[in-house]
Amino acid sequence: MENIYLAIPLAPLLGAIIAGLFGRQIGRAGAHTVTILGVGISFVLSLFVLKRIAIDGGEPFNGSVYTWLISDGLKFEIGFLIDNLTALMITVVTFVSLMVHIYTIGYMADDDHNWPSHSKAGAPSSYQRFFSFIALFTFSMLMLVMSNNFLQLFFGWEAVGLVSYLLIGFWYTRPTAIYANLKAFLVNRVGDFGFLLGIGAIYAFFNSMDYATVFAAAPAMVGTTIEVFAGTEWQLLTVICIFLFIGAMGKSAQVPLHVWLPDSMEGPTPISALIHAATMVTAGIFMVARMSPLFELSTTALVFVMVIGAITALFMGFLGIVQNDIKRVVAYSTLSQLGYMTVALGVSAYAAGIFHLMTHAFFKALLFLGAGSVIIAMHHDQDIRNMGGLRRYMPITWITSLVGSLALIGTPFFAGFYSKDTIIEAVHHSQLPGAGLVYWMVLAGVFVTALYSFRMYFLVFHGTPRMDDHIREHLRETPWVVTVPLILLAIPSVLSGYLIDPVVFGDYFAGVLHVDPANDVLTGIGEHYHGPVSFVLHALGGPAIYLAIAGVVTAWYVYMKNPAIAGDVQQRFRGIYKLLVNKYYADDFNDAVFAGGARGVGRLLWRIGDVLIIDGLVVNGSARVVGWVASVVRHVQTGYLYHYAFSMIIGLLLLLFWFVYMGAGA
Amino acid sequence: MTFAPLATEIFLLSMACIILIVDVFLRDERRVLSYALAQLTLLAGALISWSMLGNETQVVLHGTFVSDPMAALLKTSILLVTVGVFMYSRSYLVERDIFRGEFYVLGLFAVLGMLVLVSAHSLLTIYLGLELLSLSLYALVAFQRDSAAASEAAMKYFVLGALASGMLLYGISMLYGATGSLDIGEVAEAIALPGEQGIILVFALCFIVVGLAFKFGAVPFHMWVPDVYHGAPTPVTLFIGSAPKIAAFAMAMRLLTEALGGLYGSWQDMLTILAVLSLVIGNVIAIAQTNIKRMLAYSTIAHVGFLLLGLLAGTTEGFSASMFYAITYALMAIGGFGMVILLSRAGFEADRLDDFKGLNDRSPWFAFMMLILMLSMAGVPPTVGFYAKLAVLQAVIHVDMVWLAVVAVFFSIIGAFYYIRIVKLMYFDAPEGDAPLAVSPDMQIAMSLNGLAVLTLGIFPGGLMAVCNAVLS
Repeated sequence: MENIYLAIPLAPLLGAIIAGLFGRQIGRAGAHTVTILGVGISFVLSLFVLKRIAIDGGEPFNGSVYTWLISDGLKFEIGFLIDNLTALMITVVTFVSLMVHIYTIGYMADDDHNWPSHSKAGAPSSYQRFFSFIALFTFSMLMLVMSNNFLQLFFGWEAVGLVSYLLIGFWYTRPTAIYANLKAFLVNRVGDFGFLLGIGAIYAFFNSMDYATVFAAAPAMVGTTIEVFAGTEWQLLTVICIFLFIGAMGKSAQVPLHVWLPDSMEGPTPISALIHAATMVTAGIFMVARMSPLFELSTTALVFVMVIGAITALFMGFLGIVQNDIKRVVAYSTLSQLGYMTVALGVSAYAAGIFHLMTHAFFKALLFLGAGSVIIAMHHDQDIRNMGGLRRYMPITWITSLVGSLALIGTPFFAGFYSKDTIIEAVHHSQLPGAGLVYWMVLAGVFVTALYSFRMYFLVFHGTPRMDDHIREHLRETPWVVTVPLILLAIPSVLSGYLIDPVVFGDYFAGVLHVDPANDVLTGIGEHYHGPVSFVLHALGGPAIYLAIAGVVTAWYVYMKNPAIAGDVQQRFRGIYKLLVNKYYADDFNDAVFAGGARGVGRLLWRIGDVLIIDGLVVNGSARVVGWVASVVRHVQTGYLYHYAFSMIIGLLLLLFWFVYMGAGA
Repeated sequence: MTFAPLATEIFLLSMACIILIVDVFLRDERRVLSYALAQLTLLAGALISWSMLGNETQVVLHGTFVSDPMAALLKTSILLVTVGVFMYSRSYLVERDIFRGEFYVLGLFAVLGMLVLVSAHSLLTIYLGLELLSLSLYALVAFQRDSAAASEAAMKYFVLGALASGMLLYGISMLYGATGSLDIGEVAEAIALPGEQGIILVFALCFIVVGLAFKFGAVPFHMWVPDVYHGAPTPVTLFIGSAPKIAAFAMAMRLLTEALGGLYGSWQDMLTILAVLSLVIGNVIAIAQTNIKRMLAYSTIAHVGFLLLGLLAGTTEGFSASMFYAITYALMAIGGFGMVILLSRAGFEADRLDDFKGLNDRSPWFAFMMLILMLSMAGVPPTVGFYAKLAVLQAVIHVDMVWLAVVAVFFSIIGAFYYIRIVKLMYFDAPEGDAPLAVSPDMQIAMSLNGLAVLTLGIFPGGLMAVCNAVLS
């Protein structure tokens, strides 16, 4: 079995290496074949593992496969923890990744005509480079989710960050792409810094990097306090959990570290689907769920998680309403949905969070790939104001996008309904301080989600076509490599909701996700659960469904029936509109305060610290001294034999003097 | 009495004699046969000594010769490194019309000297092995007879080597006078007796350490190193700079830890002085060099400083770290000098730093190999040089000599400058001249294997490290 576990991450890595290093030799077809093969193998093996561990109830695996080094008792290991959570994650990751790989063949084909003219990446084998990167990404993500220790988790964490950076800036001749990838990298650094502090604290107090050891020792640490600042007492576990969660906030784009995600849409669309919707951004959610034995021990941390999630869920949803770029609308919806998952984690409904992560991975990948399909047809015009009426030209994209949107807003019988409604119910049942307010926020989020989703849907697929004649003449359905993944993703977007029975209310996560009985909300909900249909009937008694319907109707009325209203509202609430269009001024604030401040401090340190002290005195000074010494001493090397012999004799005499004479004297 | 423990040496000696005779009857165009025979000899020898790795320690020939796991490992390393040396040398010698059997015969005798040195269990055997090695090397340095630089280098090496041998012999004779024996085991026992810590022993120790330090090329007995490295034909430099360091390590182990272990306190201080001076002088002066052979010569001196650090720690951990360092350094050194040979061609020595300019444009693969080698020498992970340095530093820290570790790290940082300067020249500067790079296939294979070995050992250092530990315990 170990070999199978090892093969799962290594197959995509091998594909990435071949496509990346030998891309020129194997050509385009070779590159996509080898990477798809790698990810395909990994997907099949993941299914096998899922069946063995989750369905047949095989024993979870926890062990190291390679010890890199042991330093002072600290082991640096590659190890795998394969349990139900991992099995689920690797299956989702490899499935979505496989779909995206196939889709990419269509999306990246014919770059001469199809790519925006200003984004031609200079290198001749950029097609191969792209495949290499996405396969490398799959490897990194798999390493992250399969890890059994914090070090490897951090490795995967950083590796997905790196690949994300490379892919956002894939069209590196585009200044906006470079800006976006730098921004993503820097914002993630902030999160990673917290994450690293958390891991450091774990190592300092638990003296181990191994999950199992740390989790076992954690309950004994309750009540341990540390002094972060002089004179203040902090609960150790709260500090650790909040630091770890700051890492999750960076990777899963929670407020206020969300700013990188919308900009990351500068990357090619397949990437937006794979990384910025279905997998990498879920790393934070996964990590918190994995760390549930720690988070459960700190109510403060849980409340913090819940509040951050609720803010993200609602306020990022608002921003989706005013966006006109098709990908950005979906990006803000991703932010908002990640907020929902985070809220679920905060109220200890980890299973619901992971469940929503899974259903969201399917329908969000679907929505992104659908958007990409539209973008291909529109010749890379992404402005939804220029679209309209596309359903007549692109039936498959239309239907699948409709399925995705319905799933997203939580229509009964679609996947998103089951996962999102469970989260809302969980918040409703939660006893955490602040849960009451959060409940109203996530409910309002349902309306907002429906509004922006169907605003986009109506503007793109219905109404009168607004594109210019040239584009309209060329409008047609995209090739099969694009539509087949759409169809294949549409299926789980509907059906995966029915897994709610085992995953959320069953014992699928028994022994994997740890929930303190006092915080356990899902069991309470589960008592009233009697199958998927009755779940729908039960939901009819709550407000969520009606809010979603209201959202759709509003979108239809404002953007289809009576478009004048949109402009009117925009005029009347100019202040709010401006606030939203400027994304709450978060970017401006960051630019002015953090970027500007950092540059200011940097400039100051550069002038005084660097130029004057370090460069002037220390580096150049010592370099000059070293250089001077070297130039002087090298003249000792005269080339004369008798000088050499003399120096040997002197050396001998000094040794004799030192050890024989001084040694005897002492 | 059994001759089995001497199998490697006997085999090598017989083969060297056979090659010597065969070579006389060969026409120039069939000279490659001598080369092939020499390589086969080395490989077979390496197999023989590798097979002896698990054997019990055996002392034979009236206590003058020992066969133990350490000897088996070091002999295997020496033989394999020499295989690499010969591989790199072939095209160089052919192009300069000095592709002679004598090169290989002398090389084999030098290897034989090293093997004897490694297995020495008597002070006399040590001296015998050392002289066999040194005399062969003197002749090898002067091998290119019409080169004035080579002759001058050989002369310097010979005179200074004779001086150092004399001192070593003087030290040995005093030791004999004080203990009444030449057998390493008996010497150690005599020293361990209470009341035997006489001044004469320290006196002898000083002379022996000088002899050792000369062989290592430790400061202030390093003066020959740059001149000989620079003046000798590059294949010979390659040879001197690699395998003999492993032999010198063995010599230090036999003399200092086995024979003079009782004087640990004294030789630890002496080695500390030598190590610090070597680290300082080696790293600092290397910066001022414009010739890569000279630069690598000073780099060797700095590496020797590191090697001594492990020895002076005086623990098994330190010795195995040093052994790891010696073996992996030999691997890096043949790569570094091999690159000089690789870039040279008939009538042109690529031994200036400027000759490395723009190597990446001419051959990205070899530039990458050189990058690995340079980073490894500088001690950057994930190359093996990092682990070698790390292991040595750990050993030093574990015996509470933190200041020494700090000094070593500090001068390594200074040393990183001149290694990374090569990288900068290769990747960021435009090439001078556009002569195409003509590299023979065996050379390509050797260089690629060499570079990848340095990288692979860096990622998986555990195996070799474990072997180094095992042979000492």
